[in-house]
This record gives sequence, C-alpha cells and structure tokens, in this order.
Amino acid sequence: MAKGVKPRVKAPKKAAAGETVTLKTLISHKMESGQRKNKDGSVIPRSIINRFTCAFNGKTVVDVKLEPAISTNPYFEFEAVVPEAGEFQFTWYDDDGSVYETAKKVAIA
Amino acid sequence: MTFKPTTAIAALLLAVPTLAIAEADDDTLIVNDELEMVTKAAAPAHLADDLDEVISGWHFRSDETQALQMDDFDNPGMLGVELAIDAWETVEGTAEKSCASCHGDVEESMAGVRAVYPKWNEAAGEVRTLEMQVNDCRENQMGAEKLGYTSGALTNMVALISLQSRGMPVNVAIDGPAQAMWEQGKELYYTRTGQLELSCANCHEQNYGNMIRADHLSQGQINGFPVYRLKNAKLNSVHARFKGCVRDTRAETYSPGSADFVALELYVASRGNGLSVEAPSVRN
Repeated sequence: MAKGVKPRVKAPKKAAAGETVTLKTLISHKMESGQRKNKDGSVIPRSIINRFTCAFNGKTVVDVKLEPAISTNPYFEFEAVVPEAGEFQFTWYDDDGSVYETAKKVAIA
Repeated sequence: MTFKPTTAIAALLLAVPTLAIAEADDDTLIVNDELEMVTKAAAPAHLADDLDEVISGWHFRSDETQALQMDDFDNPGMLGVELAIDAWETVEGTAEKSCASCHGDVEESMAGVRAVYPKWNEAAGEVRTLEMQVNDCRENQMGAEKLGYTSGALTNMVALISLQSRGMPVNVAIDGPAQAMWEQGKELYYTRTGQLELSCANCHEQNYGNMIRADHLSQGQINGFPVYRLKNAKLNSVHARFKGCVRDTRAETYSPGSADFVALELYVASRGNGLSVEAPSVRN
C-alpha cells in the first residue's frame, strides 16, 4: 500500500427523495506518473490511482478511468440523484493492487 | 496606487481595457459559509504614510483560486494540516513526549498564537518565528531533532498552529525589545537587491495591482501563510516565499531561518496588522 493514502468524501447526511445532491471526493495520493527520474537517473516507477467508482445501493453512479497525467491528490466533484434512503459507496483502485473504500449514508428528509 | 502613464497611453491607442484587471477585487472571503475574514483594513499607523489600505493577497487571485479557500474540503492545504494533526500526537525524541503531552488540545492551546508571531522571546533574548519556536520545543523539550526550516513537516505543523488563529486579526508587536529587529526588517524591505535592483517595496508597495509580466502583484501580505501554492502543490513557508522573491531579483538570497529573514518576516507581518489570519490560504 502506498504511503499517506487517505480517502475523503463530503456528502449531505439528508436529502429529499429524488433530490440531486453534490458529492465531493478527494484521495491523498502522490500519483507518480512513471515519467520522472530520480537523482541517479533511474525512472521512478508509475504508481497512480487508475480507477474510481461511486455506487448508490450497488447501482453505479460514476466509473472513472484515471491516467498518469492526472495530478496529485485527485479530486472529483459530481452530482447524483437520491431516489431512496441508502448508502453511497466510493472505491479507489491503486496500481499496486490496493483498494481504498469509504461509504456515506444518506437519509430521506 | 501609482498610475502608469504609459499604460494609459497604450490603452487609449489600442482601445484595450488593460486597466480592468488592475485593481484588487471586492469579493468577500467567507470560509465554510460561517467565518467572515477581514481582507481589507486601514493601514496600521506605522504604514499610514505609504499605504491607505492593507489588502489580503486573496483579492488578487482569480475567482477559481479564491473559491478553493472558501471551503475546507476544497482547500488542499488542509491535507498538510491533517498530517500535522497526526504529528501533534506522535511521541518523538529522548524525552518521549509529543506536542500534545505538554500542550494538550491544539485547538485550545494554540488559539491566537499565530496572530502575534514573530514575537520577542524574553528568555532567549531574540525575536522568534513560529518555526523557531516549534524547533526549540523539539530540541529542548522533546529531545528530538530539529526539522528543516522550510521542510514539509515543519510547514505543516505551522499550518496546524496557524489554523487555530484563523479569523483573528494579525497583531504583531513592533515596539519594546522587538523594535531593533523590526527596524532591520524595514531596512531590508526598502533595500534594492540583485541584478534587477528591486526592493520588496518596488513591487508590493508601489505596484501592487499591476501586472509583472503574467503575474498579478499583490501587497505581499503574509497573513495567509503557510500558503498552499497551486504551482508546487504543497504548503509553503514564509521564508521559502521570501527566498523565491529575492531570487527573482537575481540576487544571492538570505537563508531561510536566518536573522535577516526573521527581521523581514517581523516587518512584513506588521504591515498586515489588522488583517485576519487566513492560514492555510490558497494562491497560485
């Protein structure tokens, strides 16, 4: 597991049924592109988050493929409709095989 | 502000509104929809002859950059603060103490600290910056090694401490025992350096609001430090910024942590007396 990786999500705790809510996500990650060289001239191996998904009660909201040009600490902001009470599941997939997950419950107001 | 006749002539000839972006904007900085900052204030007494108003650098940035500072989730500087929260609780050194062992809850013990630094330390007989104070604590209280003056770990810690004073007015003392250091800082501020022969005042007092090539000059206030800069994607300390600025005049720079920069920090901080502490701010 890469060092200093921590997912964060900002989501409303309550929403009206059918309401569109804004979700903000950020994961701290160095997103090493694989293009850089260190002091002795050898290439620093690529190490990035290559996929991000968000699902609501198991149904996909977004599924994003990330490429090496995306900079450090990738941030996504997007909207989703909340049809019923439930849970947003967020998942980040690391090049090294690690999977980082977090979830946010939304109640119907 | 100094009015540039040449710019005006160019504007007339080409009918291009080049002066449209030349001023600080009139937006209001409210963080997390609740904390309203003082980003414009009457100049402190010692500065009244040179400036009417002191203005936070926030006003000189684009709307997009400004927005990053208005919500803590969007503010990338908070990532550094989070790292420092962990470090605050981490036991280090031969005394087997963490910051929290003596200072307890950072939100209580460090409230208001940033607003008065750099500050005269009676016991040591010197003016100290927050960085010096943290390192003194590490060396003499914790028995740990000093952190590099502009290192990420120290800058993050200063950001965490500064955050506890966010929204409070900067109120640096310039009289009494600190006065000699303050005079030295003022001298430096008005001294031209480098092949370009520029002093701090040439850009940040006489030309703030104007463009220096692609950069929109601010007053060079340091009430928002440590500052997250989009150009290097990390929190930056005051002295690292000073160093960059002096380097850009094509001069040999002073060293971060040196007495010269401490004096300059004291003087520049005092120019922002009355503005809110904004740390960690976001700039480009």
